[in-house]
Amino acid sequence: MSSVLYDTPGPRAKRRNLLYSALFLVLLAAGVWWALSMMAEKNQLTAEKWSPFVTDSAIWTTFLFPGLGETLKAAGLALVIALPLGALLGIGRLSDHAWVRVPIGAVVEFFRAIPVLVMMVFASAMFVQFTTIESEVRPLYAVVTGLVLYNASVIAEIVRAGILSLPAGQTDAAKAIGMRKGQTMRYVLLPQAVTAMLPALVSQLVVIVKDTALGGAVLGFSELLFQIRSITANYGANTIAAFTVVALMYIAVNGLLTRFAGWLERRLRQGGKSSGATVDITDIDTELGGGVAEEVAVRKGHGTGT
Amino acid sequence: MFDFLDNPQYDLLGAFWVTVQLALYSALGSLILGTLLVGMRVSPVPLMRGFATTYVNAVRNTPLTIVLIGCSLVLYQTLGITLAGGDSKTIGFRMAVLGLAAYTGTFVCEALRSGINTVPVGQAEAARALGLSFFQVLTLIVLPQAFRSVIAPLANVLIALTKNTTVAAAIGVAEASLLMKEMVENESDSLLAVFGVIAFGFVLLTLPTGLLLGWVAKRMAVKR
Repeated sequence: MSSVLYDTPGPRAKRRNLLYSALFLVLLAAGVWWALSMMAEKNQLTAEKWSPFVTDSAIWTTFLFPGLGETLKAAGLALVIALPLGALLGIGRLSDHAWVRVPIGAVVEFFRAIPVLVMMVFASAMFVQFTTIESEVRPLYAVVTGLVLYNASVIAEIVRAGILSLPAGQTDAAKAIGMRKGQTMRYVLLPQAVTAMLPALVSQLVVIVKDTALGGAVLGFSELLFQIRSITANYGANTIAAFTVVALMYIAVNGLLTRFAGWLERRLRQGGKSSGATVDITDIDTELGGGVAEEVAVRKGHGTGT
Repeated sequence: MFDFLDNPQYDLLGAFWVTVQLALYSALGSLILGTLLVGMRVSPVPLMRGFATTYVNAVRNTPLTIVLIGCSLVLYQTLGITLAGGDSKTIGFRMAVLGLAAYTGTFVCEALRSGINTVPVGQAEAARALGLSFFQVLTLIVLPQAFRSVIAPLANVLIALTKNTTVAAAIGVAEASLLMKEMVENESDSLLAVFGVIAFGFVLLTLPTGLLLGWVAKRMAVKR
C-alpha cells in the first residue's frame, strides 16, 4: 500500500505507526470521555432519555418516520420538477442563437448565486401574498419552489457539462448523415450525456435532501429535523438523544445515495456504453451552492479521481 | 417601491457585514480544519485515517442546518458551552462560525485530497530518497503544490460557504437572510424589491469572489 506520501512500512515504521495510533487513541478517548462526562453532568445520558427510541415504537411512527416521509416527499418532488426544467435550461444554454443562450445563461447564473434559503423565504412570502394555498401545505410548496429554482439551474449545468463531455465527432457524424440540430440532440447527444451525468444527478439528490432541512428550521415545514422539537417536548427534554438519532437517519439516507452514485459511476464506466466521461459534481456544486461561471470540469475516464 | 431602504429599522449594510464576517471567520476555520483532516486522511497511521474518513463522510451527509442548530441547541443551550462567554448574540455568532467551519472543513479536506492526487508520485519518491519524513514530504513538497492546484475548487467552497452563512439565521444570527425574513414580513407590498435587494447583495458577494479566485487559480496553477 505504497502511496504518494509514504512507502509500505518496514518494521521500524510499523512500530512508530503503532505508537502514533496509541497516542491518537488516548487523545480520542479523552475527547469522548470529556463529552460524555459533560452530557452526564447535564443529565443527558440517563436511560429514560434514550430508551424511547428502542422501546417506544410510537416515537418512530408518530414523529421520525412521518418526518422522514415529508423530507423525502419534498426532495422527490423537487427533483422530479427540476429535472426536466434543468434539462431544458441546460440545452438552451448550448443554443446556437444568442437570444436564447444569453438570457438562459443569465437566469441560471442568477439562481446559482443566491442562497436556497433566501429563495424559500421569498417563495413563502409570495405564496402568502398572491395565492390561496392553505397554510398547512404552504411550507411544502415554498420549500419545493426554492429547491426547484436552485437545483434546476445546477442540473442545467450538469446537463450542459454532460453534453459537452461528448466527443465532437458525435455531432459531426450526426450532421454527416443529415440530422437536424434537434434530432442530433434527441437521438445522439442526450442519450449518451444522460449516462455521463447520472452519478452527478444522484449526488445532487443528496444536496436536495439536505436542503429540505432548511424548510423545517425557517418555515416550519414538518420534515425530519422539525420533529426534534416535538420529540424533546414529549419525551422529557432529550435534546441530545433526538439530535443524534435524527442526524444518524440523515447520514444513513444520504450515505446510501452517495454509495449508489459511486456504484452507478463505476458500473457506467465498465459498461463501455458511455464515452467513459463523467461529470464531476464537485466542480459544479460543492454543497448548497456552487460557484459562478466556472467552466465545469469534466473528468475523462480514470482521471484524477478522488 | 424601494422606500423601505430608507427605514432606519433595517440595517442592510450591517446585516451583510455580518454575512461577510461569518464567511471570513468560517473560511479561516475550515481551512485549518480541512488541512488537519487531510493530513490525517493521507497519513500512514490507520486509526487517524479511519477517524478522518468517518468524520468527513458523516458530516458531509448531515444537513448544515442540523450542524448549526446542533451547535446552538446542544453545545450552548444544553451543555452550556459558551466559547469564552459574552452575551447570547456573540455566542450565537461564534456557534455559527464553529458549525460552519466544522461543516465546510470536510469539503476543504476533500478538495485538498484531490489536489494531493495531482502531485506526481515521483516527487514524493525523490523527497523520500532525500530522507524526508512523512510530515516533511507532506508540508514541504506535496501540500504547497496541492494548494496551488485546488484554488478553483476552494473558490467554489468559499462561494458555497458565503451562501451557507444564511443558515445561521436558523439560530438567530442577525445576517442578511434574517433581515430579509423580517423585511418580507413587514413590507409585504414590495416583496419583489426586497428579494431583489437581498439577491443583488449575494450576487455582489459571490460573483467577484468567483472571478477573482478563478483568475488567481489560473495564475497559480502548477504547469505540468
